[in-house]
Amino acid sequence: MTALLPVFVLATSLITAVLIFILPERYYRLRVSLNLAAAVLKIVLVAVMIAGIANQVDYEFRYELLPGIDLVLRADALSMLFAGLSSVLWLFTTLYAIGYLEGAPNRSRFFGFFSLCVASTMGIALAGNLFTFLIFFELLTLSTYPLVVHRGTEESLRAGRTYLKYTLGGGAVLLVGVALMYGLVDQTGTMTEFAETGTLSALPSEQHFTLAVIFFVLIAGLGVKAALVPLHGWLPVAMVAPAPVSALLHAVAVVKAGAFGIVRVIYNIYGVEFAWQLGVLLPLAILASITIIWGSLRALQQVEMKKRLAYSTVSQVSYIALGACLFGPIGTIGGIVHLLHQGIMKVTLFFCAGNYAETLGIHKIKDLDGVGRRMPLTSIAFTLGAFGMIGVPPLAGFISKWYLGIGALDAGMGWVIGVLILSSMLNAGYFLPIVYRLWFKPKQGPWPDEHIKAARFETHGLLLWPTVATAVFSLAAGLFAAHAWSPLSWASLIAFREYLP
Amino acid sequence: MTIDLWYAAVGAVIVALSVFAFLTSKHLMKKLLAFNIMGSGVFLIMVGLPQHQHGVDPVPQALVLTGIVVAVSATALALVLLRRYVRAGGNPAP
Amino acid sequence: MTPILLIIPLAFAILTLLLPRHWVRAIIIPGLVLQVGAAVLLCMEIYQHGPQDYALGDWQAPLGISLIADGFSVTLLALTALIAALCAIYAQYFLTRYPREQRYFWPLFWFLLAALNGIWLAGDLFNLYVGLELLGLSAVGMVALTAEKTTLKAALDYLYAALFGSLAYLAGVALLYGAYGTLSIAQLSDMAAANPTTQVALALMTVGLLLKTAIFPLHYWLPPAHGGALAPVSALLSALVVKASFYILALLWLDVGALAVTVTAAQAMGALGAGAIFWGSWQAFQTRQIKMLVAYSTVAQLGYLMLLFPLAIGVSEAAAQLAWQGTILHLLAHAFAKAAMFLAVGTLVLALGHGRINDFGGVSQRNPVALFAFGLSAVSLMGLPPSGGFNAKWLLLQSAIASGQWHWFVVMIIGGLLTAAYVFRVFRVSFLQSAKHEIQDTHPALQLSALALALMAIALGFVSELPLSLMNLTDIAPATMGGTP
Repeated sequence: MTALLPVFVLATSLITAVLIFILPERYYRLRVSLNLAAAVLKIVLVAVMIAGIANQVDYEFRYELLPGIDLVLRADALSMLFAGLSSVLWLFTTLYAIGYLEGAPNRSRFFGFFSLCVASTMGIALAGNLFTFLIFFELLTLSTYPLVVHRGTEESLRAGRTYLKYTLGGGAVLLVGVALMYGLVDQTGTMTEFAETGTLSALPSEQHFTLAVIFFVLIAGLGVKAALVPLHGWLPVAMVAPAPVSALLHAVAVVKAGAFGIVRVIYNIYGVEFAWQLGVLLPLAILASITIIWGSLRALQQVEMKKRLAYSTVSQVSYIALGACLFGPIGTIGGIVHLLHQGIMKVTLFFCAGNYAETLGIHKIKDLDGVGRRMPLTSIAFTLGAFGMIGVPPLAGFISKWYLGIGALDAGMGWVIGVLILSSMLNAGYFLPIVYRLWFKPKQGPWPDEHIKAARFETHGLLLWPTVATAVFSLAAGLFAAHAWSPLSWASLIAFREYLP
Repeated sequence: MTIDLWYAAVGAVIVALSVFAFLTSKHLMKKLLAFNIMGSGVFLIMVGLPQHQHGVDPVPQALVLTGIVVAVSATALALVLLRRYVRAGGNPAP
Repeated sequence: MTPILLIIPLAFAILTLLLPRHWVRAIIIPGLVLQVGAAVLLCMEIYQHGPQDYALGDWQAPLGISLIADGFSVTLLALTALIAALCAIYAQYFLTRYPREQRYFWPLFWFLLAALNGIWLAGDLFNLYVGLELLGLSAVGMVALTAEKTTLKAALDYLYAALFGSLAYLAGVALLYGAYGTLSIAQLSDMAAANPTTQVALALMTVGLLLKTAIFPLHYWLPPAHGGALAPVSALLSALVVKASFYILALLWLDVGALAVTVTAAQAMGALGAGAIFWGSWQAFQTRQIKMLVAYSTVAQLGYLMLLFPLAIGVSEAAAQLAWQGTILHLLAHAFAKAAMFLAVGTLVLALGHGRINDFGGVSQRNPVALFAFGLSAVSLMGLPPSGGFNAKWLLLQSAIASGQWHWFVVMIIGGLLTAAYVFRVFRVSFLQSAKHEIQDTHPALQLSALALALMAIALGFVSELPLSLMNLTDIAPATMGGTP
């Protein structure tokens, strides 16, 4: 049973995907019930596993794919962090998508690939070695492409092409890295397994150069999805996709897969201590810092809501990579906890952007004047998310930045504090004007294109409640950070296990 | 030089000439003829060379017999296709 | 047990030729069941008792015909039976629009199967020749089925290439027999030494087989023939027929002439493969017709097979083993994926009434199953996981690393990206919202048989161990090849 639980978690969304593909378009209710049932079931299974992990239960599934190479699904503390995030956000994004796509064509295809995308994310979370990780990483590329081009317009097809160029190219580079790791380093077949303090530190010093090269090949492959500058070009372009896709891609699936992969490589393959000795962390930290600043600067220049959020994602995701590069438990906690915090906050912001677009037809930031009165709950959610991103206490983002800052001092990289402060100022620079327009500017003329009239609620219930829920989560993650089951405590557990002697 | 080796040598010359003809001819009919002559050359080698090396041997005879049957049927198929092609308006010498 | 695999297709070939039309339709399914059943039984027998040598009619070699069933050949037998069965199910529904063609399709189909089985089981070089000729003749006949001007020209070009190739091969056989007095593959591999006669013979045979396998730059006949034929024919041709001549080529280089081939020659073969990958992909990227795209994709994918030679010759035993395994998997995965792709494309063309890629808008709504089958087979062709194609590419990459041949490593990585470039052309257009044409419904059996093949290509990614362990049951030792590293 403990061996099969990871498989079940994966299967909940995989089987749902297959069933949805088979179901004809018109079976609307059945599809919705199926989708929600699977999402809830997945949360329950993940919860069971989280409880098990806390009690040191081992969940591992192993299947020999090729001579000497196994497909491994294993639940450890880090994978449960990502799996928990994905499963919770899958539920909310699905609810949101049901409302968002009401009456739109091709919903069967959309939800099918959506579930497949979540299945890939789960696979990435649960992958127990590099090979398995690679399989699901590529599967994620394939399952997200149809979502990016879902609208079928010329513009979305162009975006899809850009998206493919980057992600397939990145996938090929990652394949090179993984193949090199297996071919040149991993003679025993155990060094590419994810292990809690890394596996490579025992290798003789003449292999260190090779290892450093492979490290950067792997990071280059993962960096495309994690949108590290200069590999971030696909992300703003992919904004043509429907809002739930942007929310899922940007908050959970694609960028997080990249960031999560970087964390895996540093902590569970190389081992953070060994990576630090190799001297590969400093270049990565510098690259991540450049990305943080560059993304924020670009976000400032955007006039479209979704584009600004996209560049903000470019910037924010690199906090995770930065945290992973800070040698020391505090920095580790900061990076890992941000994986989760950024996920909930960004999903909230994208839901809000979708609500503004769907309800009032607002896509440009300049049209947001006075929306706060018309859509108060959405605007409160947006404000919470934005403040969280800036790092205002006691919101989730503050926790991340605090730990990152302390971690940087700990690791003797004081300059990172400067990066954090500068980035927070830039965050404020591009979020506060929006918040100001929402609440303090008077409404100017009619809304661009009002689809949904204000009735009992400001917008469709299925658009509103998921937004509110994720906003509450991002508040709670900050407020109750000291609680035993908070993301922060979980991240501390991971960091503690990583730095075991 | 035995008579068998002589056969083989002649076969080789025939093969060389017919390969040249096969590659340079434009007309599909000529190509087919070249193929048939090439076949004869190969059969000569096939019988001559082993007999020169190992004495009289029934195996190459059997092989050549089979080879001739195959070549005849291939030629027949090519002729049918060629005729249909020309009737359908195709140019046999493109 | 072994000869039954030749008797069944030959018997059904004659039956379908002689019986009246309604009977022909009735015996298709029983014939397929028999064929698949026999192949599976033989597989199990070999798996349990090891390779077998069978003298046909109890006539011993050299005059008699010996059939050798080892792990490799039974794997290919099973593959052939499986793909042929699904193509036949497809053809049954597809050919209802072509009553005249149907008359000739079935006898040719069974002859093709007999020829393929004959090649997989042949124990000597001459039987391989006979198999090649029978294969070529029935394949050409199938290409010419529609008897239009373009397909007849394609069939003629194909026939001439096949005939020339066979004669070149036969000339090599004549030289080898002249030199060693035997045609048995097993005996020759012990005797054939690195002397000029052997090398000239090998060179002749290699040129002939390269032409028949349509390896760049001798691929000119393949795209019109495979792209112009009826969908089930294209599927059989691309999935199986070209593999037969490659199989013989591999046998010659790694077994019969293992002591006579040089590392330089092997590298040159690899260079041809790289040329095929780049040129085929580029042409597939350029073409406007969907079937030509798939045909050029075959040209490109055959290039990967050629990488076997540089990766397995003159390298360590472990690297050669990896190359050999990767090639087998690639052969199997490509067979499933390409058959699926041709069948899927055939369905799409049927639904749309044309094959212009740029006007494919709307098929994702009206023909999702066929498009999905196309997509799954494309995953395997691109070498993306999880699929048989990915496992094959992985093993080949590992082999290149193990022997330090980085140039082939790079070729394979770029090849995968090029494949993605041309297959995503199709997806891109198929997601267009607006349908420019009337799209007809197609029979579900057409879509499902394509999907079944595509799923097999994916499933191969999970059961790769099976063919690889079967393959080990062989007296053909692929490792320890001649030459020095």
